[in-house]
Amino acid sequence: MRTTHDTDARGGDVRLTGLGKTYGAFTAVHPLDLTVPEGSFFALLGASGCGKTTTLRMIAGLEEPTSGTVHLGDQDVTALPPYKRPVNTVFQSYALFPHLDVFENVAFGLRRRGVKNVRKQVGEMLELVQLGEQARRKPHRLSGGQQQRVAVARALINHPRVLLLDEPLGALDLKLRRQMQLELKRIQTEVGITFVHVTHDQEEAMTMADTVAVMNGGRVEQLGPPTELYENPRTTFVANFLGTSNFIEADVDTRSGDDLVLKAGGGRLVLPSARNSGPTAAGGKVLLGVRPEKIALVHADDAGRVPEGRNRITGRISDSSYLGVSTQFVVDSPVCTAFEVYVQNVDRDPRLVPGAEVVLHWNPAHTFGLDAAQSLLAGTVDPAGVETAGKEAI
Amino acid sequence: MATVTQQPPPPRAPSPSPPPAPVPRVKPARRRGRRTPYLLLLPGLLWLVVFFVLPVAYQASTSVQTGSLEEGYEVTWHFATYGDALSAYWPQFVRSVLYAASATVLCLVLGYPLAYLIAFRAGRWRNLIMILVIAPFFAGFLIRTLAWKTILADGGYVVGALDALHVLDVTSWLGWTAGDRVLATPLAVVCGLTYTFLPFMILPLYTSLERIDPRLHEAANDLYAGPATTFRRVTLPLSMPGVVSGTLLTFIPATGDYINADLLGSTDTRMIGNVIQTQFLRVLDYPTAAALSFLLMAAILCAVTVHIRTSGTEDLV
Repeated sequence: MRTTHDTDARGGDVRLTGLGKTYGAFTAVHPLDLTVPEGSFFALLGASGCGKTTTLRMIAGLEEPTSGTVHLGDQDVTALPPYKRPVNTVFQSYALFPHLDVFENVAFGLRRRGVKNVRKQVGEMLELVQLGEQARRKPHRLSGGQQQRVAVARALINHPRVLLLDEPLGALDLKLRRQMQLELKRIQTEVGITFVHVTHDQEEAMTMADTVAVMNGGRVEQLGPPTELYENPRTTFVANFLGTSNFIEADVDTRSGDDLVLKAGGGRLVLPSARNSGPTAAGGKVLLGVRPEKIALVHADDAGRVPEGRNRITGRISDSSYLGVSTQFVVDSPVCTAFEVYVQNVDRDPRLVPGAEVVLHWNPAHTFGLDAAQSLLAGTVDPAGVETAGKEAI
Repeated sequence: MATVTQQPPPPRAPSPSPPPAPVPRVKPARRRGRRTPYLLLLPGLLWLVVFFVLPVAYQASTSVQTGSLEEGYEVTWHFATYGDALSAYWPQFVRSVLYAASATVLCLVLGYPLAYLIAFRAGRWRNLIMILVIAPFFAGFLIRTLAWKTILADGGYVVGALDALHVLDVTSWLGWTAGDRVLATPLAVVCGLTYTFLPFMILPLYTSLERIDPRLHEAANDLYAGPATTFRRVTLPLSMPGVVSGTLLTFIPATGDYINADLLGSTDTRMIGNVIQTQFLRVLDYPTAAALSFLLMAAILCAVTVHIRTSGTEDLV
């Protein structure tokens, strides 16, 4: 086994080349090329059934790929069984050994490899995850958060080149989940091991990961740092799965410098070319997207006060909900029937009530353009998302 | 074993309280809640008192009686019967324990892989295999044991095959079989016992294996345990409750069994069950038969206690 003294092949980057998995006629993961740089915190994000867990299990060796290879650093591990891979997993619902106490659960991997100093190493690891007191308890006597930490300790103590986390926080309540997100991030920074994290919770992926790959239907839709995915999504799935987006169907009119000018419902809107992943030729159909919090809302009487150079559309407020820190408006406009706008409650304008005529305006730099030949609703109706929302409501 | 009686069952114990009729509605809910558990216990308790406690007490008294059939028996606290019975029949005692232990080990060896297969690998065949495991129960116990008589018959295919493979040479050398015969040897009795009690081994084993989360195997694999280590460190310890209850359910009745020794064995393979049966029904020496029954019960209780203590299953979840 090369796990204990592998200084020669220390590379911890994970390289997937053409990695795919089919079950009979069903393709769980389409051949996938992906590199996770060493030491990074990488998240695979997607709804349940999108292939993210299958991908993770193929890296762990628990699932045999139909095609492609898995490399850890320079080492091709595709043919290695899981117990010979320098990779450890934090399982969904933890899979702690019920017949062993916390200490022996954490020591399991060390004992199998015949490592010396088990007592000392386990003691230190339990200190790191703040479970020193619970060493002699059986897992079923621990709380969910403590079990989760045992699962992390049991995997981390082996100093894997890559730590795989399969929805590790899914079973925890919201508050604890937040706390564990920070905890995991802290541990990752401390130990510097590559983390590959599978989750369906977009907020979790965005807070923890350096790089996020959004998966849908067995394919990676988009890959990048959280800010890039959020600010400049390239598909409607990503735009809807990460937060909320408003879409306007528009036609490309002319190009002016680095910007495209588009026509929508008689008005003109500006889109930076660099933020457009749709067609650029005149007459091309583009879906113009903008995030609800980027939009400013003024009453129609004040339309003259909107600065020049902003994208603007008119409409009528059809609904508003006051959320304390902000107010969410739904605006009915000729170009989009349900435009969502989030306004911070700094100076509230009492005229902005349902039925009021308003002007919406935003900085063109916040506009993104997508190919209009895709569903507007992709990524909006997903069972996992509903589940998350349900849990958070409790 | 100890429940073989030679006289009509003792009179029914007078029931101390009314039978568990539906609880009257007029009672307040809290009182009814407190009484319900006891009422539910009542039928089972009555059954045990009438058919277990009273016969056992009756046999206990029989074991210390002296007398004869003609003059009648009376309790004389003649405990010497126990010593006499043990010194006369200790070979059958030892043989019973040896045969039962061999059958239990064989059941474990045959049953564990099968239970493992049903629990983890059978997939959609699971129910079919389970039905096959319990199918023998649909045929009578005697019929099945008699069938073994045919299977192991002298000059039959099985014996012929074993002879041709020189297996019989080895077993004869070990004293398990005699020459080219299998019937009427210890091996035949142990085979019969194994066959009879195999389902009682498989079912608890299956139940405890089936409860093991397959992800624990994956977790062990992930933590550098190969298939063999995973079995030794995870699967086997977690299935210990099934191993313990399976061995108990096999060993206890096998020790007291007399049908297999009767039909498949000879006078040299008599087990303690055969002795008790003969004492009760042929020799009509009731005190000795009763004393032997109690000795058997005591031996089994000791063995079971040691077994449970040493297997350390108390602290399993």
